[in-house]
Amino acid sequence: MRLILRNLGFYLLAFWASLTLNFVLPRFMPGDPVSRMFAQTQGTMQPDQIAQLRKLFGLDNRPLWEQYVSYVKSVFTGDLGISITRFPTPVTDVISSQIGWTLLLGGVALVIAAVLGNLLGIVAAWRRGGVLDSAFPPLLIFVGSFPYFWLAMGALYLFGVSLGWFPMRHAYDVGLTPGFNGEFLSNVATHLVLPALTIVLVSIGGWMLGMRNTMIATAAEDYITMAEAKGLSPSRIMFRYAARNALLPSVTNFGMALGFVVGGALLTEVVFAYPGIGYQLLMAVQGLDYPLMQGIFLTITAAVLLANFLVDLVYVRLDPRVRVR
Amino acid sequence: MTAIEIATATTPTATAPTSRRRGLLRQLIDSKKALAGLILLALFALLALLAPLLVPGDPSLINSTGSQAPSAAHWLGTTAKGQDVLALTLWGARSSLFVGFTVGLVATAVAIVVGLAAAYFGRVVDDALTLVTNIFLLLPGLPLLIILAAFLPPGTSTVILVLVVTGWAGSARVLRAQAKSIRGKDFVAAAVVTGERPLRIMFREILPNMASVVMTTLLGCVIFGIGAQAGLEFLGLGDSSVVSWGTNLYWASNDGALMTGAWWAFVPSGLCIALVAFAIALVNYAVDEITNPRLRNRRARRERRG
Repeated sequence: MRLILRNLGFYLLAFWASLTLNFVLPRFMPGDPVSRMFAQTQGTMQPDQIAQLRKLFGLDNRPLWEQYVSYVKSVFTGDLGISITRFPTPVTDVISSQIGWTLLLGGVALVIAAVLGNLLGIVAAWRRGGVLDSAFPPLLIFVGSFPYFWLAMGALYLFGVSLGWFPMRHAYDVGLTPGFNGEFLSNVATHLVLPALTIVLVSIGGWMLGMRNTMIATAAEDYITMAEAKGLSPSRIMFRYAARNALLPSVTNFGMALGFVVGGALLTEVVFAYPGIGYQLLMAVQGLDYPLMQGIFLTITAAVLLANFLVDLVYVRLDPRVRVR
Repeated sequence: MTAIEIATATTPTATAPTSRRRGLLRQLIDSKKALAGLILLALFALLALLAPLLVPGDPSLINSTGSQAPSAAHWLGTTAKGQDVLALTLWGARSSLFVGFTVGLVATAVAIVVGLAAAYFGRVVDDALTLVTNIFLLLPGLPLLIILAAFLPPGTSTVILVLVVTGWAGSARVLRAQAKSIRGKDFVAAAVVTGERPLRIMFREILPNMASVVMTTLLGCVIFGIGAQAGLEFLGLGDSSVVSWGTNLYWASNDGALMTGAWWAFVPSGLCIALVAFAIALVNYAVDEITNPRLRNRRARRERRG
């Protein structure tokens, strides 16, 4: 319990850090957002518009600490400001309308990659020197060396443009009304294949190699020898004895990757013009929509922290040694 | 190399197995994987250096009609604007490798200082540095990268700065763990007792003994630097007037190379990034095998048999 509270404190501190970063960046960076927008519009902005924008950003003449207090207060009341590119939609509305797609894409890809990768790792480690163990790791390292947005471009070109097997952009066909019916869901699924596939391709190697290496270390433990000596079946030893213990680091990785779900599909979303907060973040950057940018960054950070905290909770249950420490 | 020599020199058992005394670099060259990786890296470095000789002139100059498939005149075809893709790729290597290696070196240096200080001083210093490290580790990298790049004035130095800020933390954690285990060794205690200065102990006693971890860290940071730079530039957040593999991909995507089927506009740069990352990964893998016998004994035995 004390451990959990301590972790909670740490995550709150981390959140505070990103909150403060968000506050500090527009105020201390050379060239504040408003003057940059002014430059971008070639000076066609009126003075009162500028004043309004400054107010929108919270960049007024109040002392810094007062600005800071009201900023923190508004964030905790769920007020992230108003989006500029989608004026006058509140930032929170923009984010909540987009985050579902990100969660779908990232979640599906993560689960497939983690399950498949760990299984491959277990089998590879169990058959040291086998085909899976010698051919797969170098191959996966090679595939994992590609920038994943480039793999996404390749997949888009090959399966979207050349072969025409899968749709090339967006999450569902224009003109389709979202709803829980077979037609819509299957349409969503076909749009999901390519982006999810590219994420799985680049991330599966990490899962496999991580699992393989911990499995190798675990397989050298005495209790495995003991289990073998008892004459237990190899598959039982493999899954019940070795894999179960070797899985612990993967749980931590899963937590880290859960954070990746929200922020990590970003480039894939951009390549496939897939709706989601990653794509939205780029749109915000291009449109100099600072409130939206900051809101998305804060949301992603919060998601990462929350995911890690949840994993901490799970980990305490899974590994009794943590509780003793 | 020096690390293992020092390690063996300081230990009284001069009869250490020969393989331990041969030094990391020698062992790396002996490893087929590492050799392949090093040759590949050297090749890229050479091509980058020789770019002005091989494809003279401004690579972004428009000197042909757009979107030509590879031919004798343009080995890798031309972009939609009519620039020579081969020239863009070779010149792009300069910026990509420069930024990648600079980021790798600086991020590793930061990680070394933080990791060593945390491990050496312990207590409050350790707690504070670990806290900062963990926070940086947790903050999502790419979004942080984007936010920072969006607020800072565009340019190569911004890209480097942003990548170092977001890239050092993971390495610092690894180096701290390693340094901590060495901190507990007797020879460090001896140095402390003889009144050596902390800086000297950190960099002369502890650091040389972690050469392989530092090497792995450096290589990892370079891979990160090259990849993250490409990602940032692909999003148009780098300096789009600089020719690099990332900006090549940005323009290819912007000019609709994907939709018009001009695969030659985006394949070379991506392939180069992957080959460099793969080459570094090969070296890294070999370092791992050399320092962690458990990973290689099976295979070595198999090779002997075959």
